[in-house]
Amino acid sequence: MDIDLMLKVYPFFIEAAWVTILLSVLTAILGLTCGALGAAARLSRFALVRFVGAAYVSVFRGTPALIQLFILYFGGPQIGIQLDAFEAGVIGLGINAGAYMTETIRGAIISIDKGQREAARTLGLSQWQAMYKIILPQAARLMVRPLGVNLNMLIKATALVAAISVIELTYTAQRYIGSTYKPFEMFLLAGILYMIIIYVTGRGVAWLDRKVQIN
Amino acid sequence: MGLDFSVVPQYLDIILLGCAWTIGITVAAAVLSFFGGIIFAVIALYAHWAIRQPFRLIAWVFMGTPLLLQLFLIYFGLVQIGIDLPAFIAGIIGLGLHFAVYNSELIQTAILSVDKGQMEAARTVGLSRSQALRKVVIPQAVRAVIPPIGNNMIALLKDSALVSVIGVSELTLSAQRVIGRTYRPFEFYLMAAAFYYVINLGMEWVLRKIERRISISR
Repeated sequence: MDIDLMLKVYPFFIEAAWVTILLSVLTAILGLTCGALGAAARLSRFALVRFVGAAYVSVFRGTPALIQLFILYFGGPQIGIQLDAFEAGVIGLGINAGAYMTETIRGAIISIDKGQREAARTLGLSQWQAMYKIILPQAARLMVRPLGVNLNMLIKATALVAAISVIELTYTAQRYIGSTYKPFEMFLLAGILYMIIIYVTGRGVAWLDRKVQIN
Repeated sequence: MGLDFSVVPQYLDIILLGCAWTIGITVAAAVLSFFGGIIFAVIALYAHWAIRQPFRLIAWVFMGTPLLLQLFLIYFGLVQIGIDLPAFIAGIIGLGLHFAVYNSELIQTAILSVDKGQMEAARTVGLSRSQALRKVVIPQAVRAVIPPIGNNMIALLKDSALVSVIGVSELTLSAQRVIGRTYRPFEFYLMAAAFYYVINLGMEWVLRKIERRISISR
């Protein structure tokens, strides 16, 4: 193992790790937004809105995220969407992650006992009040852990933007593998940084999960 | 430049060939990941600790890093140690091992949740420990986790698009090649997405059949 080489190039990997972190944060924010909207659509009273929600989930979960990125980044200009690679990465991955999060959020909401809503309505709360004051606070507790799984997948999925040349961790590893022919060392560098990011995020999710549980 | 789908039919054969490759790679990697998952689970649970602990560490690394990065490691790493495999074999190995680790996690939990009495009964009727595992415990464990393994296989199909990056001419790379000639990325990537969607539906159908066949009706 070539430790000298690793010591020489690691600052570039650290720099790239920050790009991966920034990508992950922005993607997570967009993903959560899309997920919340998607779940609202899937639980709507109107059949058409429900259909749009279901189609969103089905299409974005039924095709590879890489292809979705390519359509947006390479195909976008043909329909008047000009994005740089980083923007396309965040938007493409965010919409993709949103489809998975839609199901997580919806799953948590529908797993709340029907009696809760009925009781709230009986007490005179409106449909919205029952949702915001009674159901969502309970569902939010159930969401933390599965959303954490989504987040873990999302962080690893940010590697895909290497394919549209965003200079993040995987792209940096790929470039140095190409120039140094030391695949194992470069994998180790990038791998350790990914593991740190994922470990810290996992601990954060576990902390939040403990925080929101009753008792 | 607007959209023009009229060029699509003339390249349909290239795209369809890409589909065939995608299906072939997915099936091969799925089979590898299934049996690999069983073997990994047995190692992680029953091997000597000197094998078990490093093995668990490697599995943990594989679950904490992106598949794309692992594909680069396997493809270029094999070349470095003098094994020059065709890209599609490296792709199948990379995809297969990655998902074997995920399957192994499911199978480990399932093996541990098979009633202890099963092992004891098998030992009582004279089976050795490994026979009891192979013929009694593992079949029951695997059967219990077929649906979540099926979900992993669907994920595998979509992740098979990543092997285009190491130069395997499956659906994604076929679309890229056609786009190189026609400069129509939107049309052909959309078409590739449509084919993935259809393959996905087909795969879900096959998995449902398998699940129905394998599940014990009580």
